[in-house]
Amino acid sequence: MIEKLMNIDRRIVFILVALAVIIPSLLNVSFPITVSQPTRSTYEYIEAMPPGSTLMIGFNYGPSSFAELHPMAKAVIHHCFSKKIRVIGMTLLAEGATLGDKMLKGVAEETGAVYGEDYVYLGFRPGATQVLLGMGTAIDSVYEADYAKTPLAEIPMMADITNYEQIDLVLDLASGSSTEWWVIYTNTRYNQQIAAGVTGVIVSQMYPYLQTKQLIGLMPGLLGAAEYEKLIGKPAKGTEGMSIQSFAHLLVVALVILGNIAFFIQRRQSE
Amino acid sequence: MWELIGIWIAALLTLCIYSFLYRDNPFYRFAEHLFVGVSVGYGIVLTIHQGFIPFAWNPIAKAVTQQQLVGLWRLIPIGIGALFFTRLIPTHAWLIRYPIAILIGVGSGLAIPNVMRADIFQQVHGTLVPFAQIHAGELGPFQIFGAILMLIGVISTLTYFFFSVEHRGAIGGVSKIGIVFLMIGFGSAFGNTVMGRVSLLIQRIDFLLNGWLGSLF
Repeated sequence: MIEKLMNIDRRIVFILVALAVIIPSLLNVSFPITVSQPTRSTYEYIEAMPPGSTLMIGFNYGPSSFAELHPMAKAVIHHCFSKKIRVIGMTLLAEGATLGDKMLKGVAEETGAVYGEDYVYLGFRPGATQVLLGMGTAIDSVYEADYAKTPLAEIPMMADITNYEQIDLVLDLASGSSTEWWVIYTNTRYNQQIAAGVTGVIVSQMYPYLQTKQLIGLMPGLLGAAEYEKLIGKPAKGTEGMSIQSFAHLLVVALVILGNIAFFIQRRQSE
Repeated sequence: MWELIGIWIAALLTLCIYSFLYRDNPFYRFAEHLFVGVSVGYGIVLTIHQGFIPFAWNPIAKAVTQQQLVGLWRLIPIGIGALFFTRLIPTHAWLIRYPIAILIGVGSGLAIPNVMRADIFQQVHGTLVPFAQIHAGELGPFQIFGAILMLIGVISTLTYFFFSVEHRGAIGGVSKIGIVFLMIGFGSAFGNTVMGRVSLLIQRIDFLLNGWLGSLF
């Protein structure tokens, strides 16, 4: 029995995980969500920004992290547009260029936000360090035109935005090292306030920056999206996903416990 | 119509990728190669349009066609960058050392002071500031416990990576405490990774059930 358990075919585990996701998806179950302090800090900072303030969002993720960061981006942009906070979108990652554009257009359509007045999308520029440092001097030295190739000088919203001094908060949505770049080059050098929404894989690396207040807030993966959706009162994909996620987590915990019990029994038997 | 075709392609490619969970097969390899090819192609095209054209091509073209000769200074960095391609000519391959030297020099110059400040000085400051707050009576019992625990964690973990002294006696004991903190860190990272990976599965299953199968019925 123990022998069988220790040599279980990994495909059985895959099937169990798939079932743990499919069944709750079909049953539309929901669990309550408790908001963590790092997500609440991000929300409260944005909530305290007066109308007309500017938030810069870095869509620094590709399709492989779409599931975790897109719901988060949607919730934050909804919040900004509802508070008349202006949004500047940009990316340091080529794969993020189209995702950011589609996201901003999609939320603008839902909320009636106007391009060039309520939001601008700058798109992608290669050379992350140079882009981050360049925007500290002048945004138009890096992005002389937006993603649709309209010169920044012709965009009304950008008339009074020159560099980080006119940006109240940067939110980095990251699946890689970009949050570290923002902290190292933008927070350290220009004292720019930064918040981050990152994938579950890298969130542990970001907590030291939160503790030192180099990040004013931190949203962890799909959980961060669900928490933010709760705070703005708009449950969507994040909330839906986290309820399903709880079943998968229970299964993983059960498998870890079972695996450990089997391991220790087997070790005792061999001794 | 086009949207429906897109949904079908996405669904079939998702199934091709997940077929790897059973075993390696040609469908998986097809989807994998397609993904790598499309990603690289997309990255190259975007870099040309959002990097090369606005920063290199347009200023030079303007300088030539509109007699704005000041734009010609960009020929210097473009020329240095072009030296990377000398790698393709064995007799002149040594020239690649110049752009690499400039890149490393500039990169290090920009990174070192900022990384030192952000990742070392600020972190040391963040670890010690709570003790000044304890001294000023600003922290409650739980926060004091947290500050002490963090200091023990930092010192013991650093001791574990201090290899100039043999890990025996007191040093060995402290480094063992460091291992405990490291394990807690790895456990937290593993838990978050599971959450991240399951999120991806949830999104794909949501797409297959509602996006793809939902479009059929």
